[in-house]
Amino acid sequence: MAQKKWPETWQEVTPGCMIFEGGNSREYHTGSWRAQRPVWDNAKCIKCGICYIFCPEACVKEDAQGYFAADLDYCKGCGICAHECWPGAITMVEEG
Amino acid sequence: MSKRIGMEIALATAEAVALCRPDVIAAYPITPNTHIPEHLSDIVAEGRLDAEFICVESEHSAMSACAGASGTGARAFTATSSQGLLYMYEVLGIVSSMRLPVVMAIGNRAISGPINIWNDHSDIMTMRDLGWLSLFAANGQEAVDMMIQSFKIAEDAAVQLPINVNLDGFQLTHMVEALFLPDEKEVDRFLPRRKPYAALHPDHPVTMGALGMPDIFTEATKARDQALVDSRTVILKVWKEWEKQFGRRYEPIEAYKTKGADVVMLTMGSMGETAEIAVDELRRDGVPVGLLKLKLWRPFPFEEMKKAVRGVKTLIVTDRCCSLGGPGGPLAAEVRSALYAEAARPAIENALIGLGGRDVTVDDFKQMFRQAGKSKGIYEFYGVRG
Ligand code: SF4
Ligand code: SF4
Repeated sequence: MAQKKWPETWQEVTPGCMIFEGGNSREYHTGSWRAQRPVWDNAKCIKCGICYIFCPEACVKEDAQGYFAADLDYCKGCGICAHECWPGAITMVEEG
Repeated sequence: MSKRIGMEIALATAEAVALCRPDVIAAYPITPNTHIPEHLSDIVAEGRLDAEFICVESEHSAMSACAGASGTGARAFTATSSQGLLYMYEVLGIVSSMRLPVVMAIGNRAISGPINIWNDHSDIMTMRDLGWLSLFAANGQEAVDMMIQSFKIAEDAAVQLPINVNLDGFQLTHMVEALFLPDEKEVDRFLPRRKPYAALHPDHPVTMGALGMPDIFTEATKARDQALVDSRTVILKVWKEWEKQFGRRYEPIEAYKTKGADVVMLTMGSMGETAEIAVDELRRDGVPVGLLKLKLWRPFPFEEMKKAVRGVKTLIVTDRCCSLGGPGGPLAAEVRSALYAEAARPAIENALIGLGGRDVTVDDFKQMFRQAGKSKGIYEFYGVRG
């Protein structure tokens, strides 16, 4: 369904800016905020899942092999995953 | 049938709130609070009111609890004063932004320091820009009436905004007055149950209080401002209904003997009662003076203000608060803004009086009337020593 991201005019603002559709945060791509991106080195990864748990955007996903990667539509580049990954499998690299 | 009783105004205010059957009352029960929540807790404990009384750990929590309760569709009430209001501050704008019709009684007291718990309007003035409707009672009867009117105004489908009723700390809250207290049936007839625009419920998900980024904040703010401006119609409508049912008239600005008056004084709150006596005495001596009592502070009654001062030569605006380093009193500043574009407008003098609980007597008002036209500068601390 095509949906506007936000009201165009003040008259369209719902009382109290209330939102009635669930799950609409998916439409807001926080990935545009990113200055650095996390890059995973699966050779060092022990599959502990800490990056998955700590990501404040909940955008770290597990693949079929049990390794992890960020959904870059939402990863805002905060670096928490890299900071928390104690085997040092995640490196933050500058966005080009 | 309404009963005529003699009662401390804070207790009568609590009785009026109980008649409105709030679902949730949250309050922090220590200075600077008044007897309002204390008496409500008694009423709940006695089983006279079926409400959840939450004894919270701070005013910040009191307002947060009211926000949550109101979000579920409950009727929520709290009361505070002075420093307590400041401790609530962070949540006040959130509640109005979320369009939650929380009702609050404020027993107006000074913001410290020096440490002071007495009557003053500096507490409410700090929150004048936060999107709450705001009424001022001049006596106990008005406090009782406004309390009941407030729920109806705030919860109206076209309003849905929080509202505060201001009654002067001590001068009103701790005074025993003879007043009419409506009965349950009358209040039930006047005040319907709340029909919330939306309510938090697992079956009908809704997000309240979401982030508003720069691309929406201007529109959201315009919508909030407009909601306050538009609430005026509902306030006037509810006051008409009140007058019809209870026979007591309410208007944004009440005029007292202003006909033919050269000098008119503007007051808010309990000072209006004393100023009336001064007007009576001066009129008896042939001095043409009059009085305006502001009852509606937010939304500010611009049109009524322009009309009320037509033909007046000097308007003395009294403020029980000082906007430190600013234009004097907040009321005078707003009156000046309201009248600036008028071709004919009175000279405006601003007297800062009754600060931090200092008495303002009939003689003080007479003296201010007599001194009209002699004020130097845009504001003056009336009666300041030195
Ligand atoms: S925190 Fe590091 S080691 Fe643990 S799963 Fe994530 S990338 Fe692998
Ligand atoms: S950088 Fe931040 S947002 Fe991106 S995946 Fe790591 S923890 Fe999540």
